[in-house]
Amino acid sequence: MAVKKAVRKTARKTATLPEPTVWKLKLYVAGQSPKSLRAFANLKVLCEEHLKGRYQIEVIDLIEHPHLARGAQIIAIPTLVVKLPNAVQKIIGDLSETDRVLIGLALQPVG
Amino acid sequence: MTRKKPARPPTVKTLKKVMTGIQGLDEITGGGVPQGRPTLISGGAGAGKTMFALEFLVRGATQFDEPGVFISFEETNADLTKNAASLGFNLDRLVAKKQLFIDHIQISRSEIAETGEYDLDGLFIRIADAVKQVGAKRVVLDTIEALFGELPNPSILRAEIRRLFGWLKDQGLTTVITAERDRPENLTRHGIEEFVSDCVIVLDHRIREEISTRRLRVVKYRGSTHGTNEYPFLIDEHGISVLPISSLGLDHPAPASRISTGIERLDGMMGGEGFFRGSSILMSGTSGTGKTSVASHFVDAACRRGERCLYFAFEESPRQIVRNMRSIGIDLEPWIRKGLLQFHAARPSYAGIEEVLLVTHKHIASFKPDVVVVDPITNLLTVSTLNEVRSMLTRLVDFLKTLEITALFASLTAADGFLEANEADISSLMDTWLLLKAIEVSGERNRALYVLKSRGMNHSNQIREFVLTDHGLQLLDVYLGPEGVLTGSARVTQEGREKAASTSRRQILEGRGRELDRKREIFEARMTMLRAEFQVEEEIIQQNISEFELIDQELLEDRGQMVRSREADTKAYRKGNYGPRAKVR
Repeated sequence: MAVKKAVRKTARKTATLPEPTVWKLKLYVAGQSPKSLRAFANLKVLCEEHLKGRYQIEVIDLIEHPHLARGAQIIAIPTLVVKLPNAVQKIIGDLSETDRVLIGLALQPVG
Repeated sequence: MTRKKPARPPTVKTLKKVMTGIQGLDEITGGGVPQGRPTLISGGAGAGKTMFALEFLVRGATQFDEPGVFISFEETNADLTKNAASLGFNLDRLVAKKQLFIDHIQISRSEIAETGEYDLDGLFIRIADAVKQVGAKRVVLDTIEALFGELPNPSILRAEIRRLFGWLKDQGLTTVITAERDRPENLTRHGIEEFVSDCVIVLDHRIREEISTRRLRVVKYRGSTHGTNEYPFLIDEHGISVLPISSLGLDHPAPASRISTGIERLDGMMGGEGFFRGSSILMSGTSGTGKTSVASHFVDAACRRGERCLYFAFEESPRQIVRNMRSIGIDLEPWIRKGLLQFHAARPSYAGIEEVLLVTHKHIASFKPDVVVVDPITNLLTVSTLNEVRSMLTRLVDFLKTLEITALFASLTAADGFLEANEADISSLMDTWLLLKAIEVSGERNRALYVLKSRGMNHSNQIREFVLTDHGLQLLDVYLGPEGVLTGSARVTQEGREKAASTSRRQILEGRGRELDRKREIFEARMTMLRAEFQVEEEIIQQNISEFELIDQELLEDRGQMVRSREADTKAYRKGNYGPRAKVR
């Protein structure tokens, strides 16, 4: 019971946080791999649906800029990096599980 | 178009190896780890895996011109640099010289959400970039299994790690992968050993009887022979050193040259020339029989020849030895000042026997002595069993022999009489065995020495008494009594007795000589007398003879005259005119 309460509290808190006016999303990929292409397509659809007009997607190809992988501590591909007001969230995978992506982006309250 | 066949026949594919540069490991593995392939280093917490991996890279960069990449999944660059400094490695300098690249992979589960399939291309790219930066030949992944705690979906992770190892192999990178062993039956937590099929080394850190020992074992080495034993190793300020328990073969050189024992008459007992160079000498005796004195003579003589000496003192401090030896007229101080003699004093109980051995090896390797003294080896027994001491000595003896170092091992034997039985085990390793003995006779304790064995030379079989004088150790003449060798005052008595006996013998001899002279005089006097008598008689007889002859002649002449005067039968008496003349007439 206590746990449930705590979760609700957090959820409310998240919801009340000021949302960034523009969402800056960085998608790290390695070349034109199917997973990378899929991730980009999924992200595009999702953003259009939830953040229309309020987002920027930057696709970073690590094959071209390998040193950026070290700076951002990327090891898994694809990785979506979202700068939230209080944290940096990394979302790995091809972004096919939309609900999880939304949680990661703090766009959908847990539960 | 015809293509020329290569003249070279197809060679048997042998596994290429890369020297790790870690002292001793390359001997066990017969040349290092497989080149261009991954090697797994497994061990519990604190077993020395990271140190091993670090040294592998540092040695590669500094000794074999093979730059390296360290991918750390646990420690930060700063921590690694600090740890490496404790081994005497300066990572910052290597990084600055582009011989080493360190990448710390920092991820935390809390930041990560999984939303579908992923791969580790990011890691691949990071490693590839790091390799490119320094032109790396060697890679370390320390500890890749940490990823299992931080990334979701273990099945993807396993597949990706497998792909990574394959990729590293394709790149021809010699890789060391460390893994933590949580249970003795597992080599790694997540079973990644199945992806590393070539070479697996297990490190172990155990504590027995309050003494900790690190051990290393090559569990698997595909396509290569390797030592299968557990080998003790040490991590100290010069890195890791592994010691093979037994040497790989008995093929050390055997010089025929000899070196003096420092005691002239002892040299005399050893065929006149002393020990063989590069041989191992065991010198055993009960306490107070002069072991250190004999050793000091040996050391002193070596230093006089300008040779380098290393003295491991496990019982006395160097100052004490120097002071005590002055009392028998040996001054070791100048040799220490000249740098020819170096003492290493320590109680073996401060560390395990392996550590003692490793430290010994290190000192020998760095000082490069011609002569080594270990005084006494028996103190090692306090930290270990006879079996272990024996194995340690085997290793040490082999090591010394390969370097042609002459070694003198002093051994303290218990005073209960079984001098030789205790050390029979150890003695078989030794070429020469000197026994120092205390002989107790008629309320005295005297020192004696003999050569129990000495391989390959003619040696004396006598028990010799010796005394410690102001000017060193002196071997005395042998006096044999009814019960064996006489020592101490018994010897002095015997010496006196022999002197007296010889005096009286001399007197008798002189007396006899005089008697002979006298007899000769008498004989000659008699001879003269006899000759004189004989002469007298001879003269008389001669006179007689000539008288008789005279008479005879006169008689004949008289008869002739008578015949002539009678004229009778003249023809018959005419001189020279007998028969024929008468016929003519």
